[in-house]
Amino acid sequence: MTTTESTTVSQALPAAVEVHDVHKWYGTHRVLEGVDLTVRPGEVTVILGPSGSGKSTLLRVINHLEKPEIGYVSLNGELIGVRRHGERSEMGVPPAEGWGRLKELSERAILTQRSRIGFVFQNFNLFPHLTVLDNVAAAPVATGLLRKPEAQELARSLLSRVGLGDKTAAYPRQLSGGQQQRVAIARALALRPGVILFDEPTSALDPELVGEVLAVIKDLATSGTTLVIVTHEIGFAREVADRIVFLDEGRIVEQGPPSEVLDNPKHERTREFLSKVL
Amino acid sequence: MSEPPGSAVSSGSAPPAQAIPRPEPFPASQAVPVSVGSPEPIEGPDEGSKRSDSDSAPRPLSAQRVLPLRRPGRWIATAVVLVLVAQIAHGLATNPFYQWDRFAYWFVRPVILDGLVITLEVAAYSAVLGLLGGILLALGRLSRSPVLRAVSWVYIWLFRSVPLIVVLLFLYNFSALYKTLSIGVPFGPAFFTFDESRLATDIVVAVVGLSLNEAAYAAEVVRGGILSVDQGQHEAASALGLPKRYQFARIVFPQALRAITPNYVNQLIGLIKSTSLVFYVSLLDLFGSVQSMGSTYPGDIVPLLLVATIWYLILTSVVSVIQFYVERYYSRGAVRTLPPTPLQKLRAGVRDLRARVQREAAI
Repeated sequence: MTTTESTTVSQALPAAVEVHDVHKWYGTHRVLEGVDLTVRPGEVTVILGPSGSGKSTLLRVINHLEKPEIGYVSLNGELIGVRRHGERSEMGVPPAEGWGRLKELSERAILTQRSRIGFVFQNFNLFPHLTVLDNVAAAPVATGLLRKPEAQELARSLLSRVGLGDKTAAYPRQLSGGQQQRVAIARALALRPGVILFDEPTSALDPELVGEVLAVIKDLATSGTTLVIVTHEIGFAREVADRIVFLDEGRIVEQGPPSEVLDNPKHERTREFLSKVL
Repeated sequence: MSEPPGSAVSSGSAPPAQAIPRPEPFPASQAVPVSVGSPEPIEGPDEGSKRSDSDSAPRPLSAQRVLPLRRPGRWIATAVVLVLVAQIAHGLATNPFYQWDRFAYWFVRPVILDGLVITLEVAAYSAVLGLLGGILLALGRLSRSPVLRAVSWVYIWLFRSVPLIVVLLFLYNFSALYKTLSIGVPFGPAFFTFDESRLATDIVVAVVGLSLNEAAYAAEVVRGGILSVDQGQHEAASALGLPKRYQFARIVFPQALRAITPNYVNQLIGLIKSTSLVFYVSLLDLFGSVQSMGSTYPGDIVPLLLVATIWYLILTSVVSVIQFYVERYYSRGAVRTLPPTPLQKLRAGVRDLRARVQREAAI
């Protein structure tokens, strides 16, 4: 992606999430090697790829759980985890040569940004010592978005939306995996995020529980929420994705609508991967 | 499937194609009729004949209760232990050496109770200050700053290495080393100055000494608790953008407390007993009072030691009861059902016993 393109795109229709030339490495191990990705508002992007291809790392870079070594991520035009340092006149200049002038944000500011990005983990990571209701209501209260009664009201309505209106008083460990993951989705929704990232949301579930979680995600997809989903459920990807991104060895190999990437993959690596998982 | 149920299995007359699908054929609908219709093929022949000797009409297996295995070894061991316990109790009660009348006299003497109050005071202050210090040191050890990590490590290393009695005696003589303490600019002018000898009363020396020592141990207990919290919890908390303080106070620390409680109570019990060392900085705690009364009334030394023993036992027991309820509180969510309280256990025990007696009577 050239620099002129990126500015025109952001002027025409601000991308919900823009990942620009992100590199991430641990020691000598290179995980991401120059990933560019644009997610438009309301779009459902599914990231596929073999294990170790950097899918999860890419998601974690988007909400700054991992800092990219090179490159940047922006949400609705706002940089994540960093800010541009220096003259105001530089604001319009794309940071292709200017990433050295990016300054790390304060921890508090990063946390505020994260609260606008929902994240659903493979292992749910619900807070086991809080009731289901408190799991969902905690974040809006703690971040100052809502007061407690309003947050609990919101939590109740979100929990009924994911079909768990009767479980508000239960503790997470008293629920099945599928129910826990649905609570985790409600928890992510409680902050009214601009985008929700799903990191293999059904990989830790028994096969018969996968459906209920996918149904909730599908409901979000059809209601116009911007979603980025890492998954191994190819059938589900075909159903909900507006765009499939195939990642291999830290690079995007190809991307496009499911009909192209899944049915007519251009790249050899994609074909090979799909022949193994389909 | 209209054939008699017993023959359906043995004859194999079911169509083979239908016999293969697994879910349907196995459930109780077939298994139970087989045992009702013909018990012999299932039970061994000699077992069946034995049963018929004692019991004219053998019950079906599904209606029988399994007789629990008898364990004679356990019964013998129980009897031996009971005899030993009885001997010890008898000895305690009857041996004139213990002088229980003198024990009763000393047990609630004001001089002893004053000492008990000192013990409680010193232990309570040191427990709270030690835990607070321990939390700070644990956070220091887990900090990303190498200086904070190193300082915390050195502190813990130092105070775990030096015997408590040495720390106490050192502090006792502290006013000789530093005549005054002052608050002000480091290496600069002072705003407030304290006279050390007036500030450092015996109780302050005792509390400071015990707290310094306690903090070093508490730090490791707290650190262990924090490390026991799953990394996913930290990630989830920061992915939700919860403020850093909230993450620690509401998400990580409450979960850590579940692991911290048993270890810290262990520390606390040790601390209560360590308070007996403050006697050496001329503070008359429970042990100190017993000791000084003992030298005044040498004939009563044994009952006096018993008085101290029983009071320490009571303190430890109270702490253990509190521990049970604190642990129960922090296990909410970590276990599917909370452990029963002793009262609930008693009720359940009585209920079980009654049910068992009724069952035995019915057989």
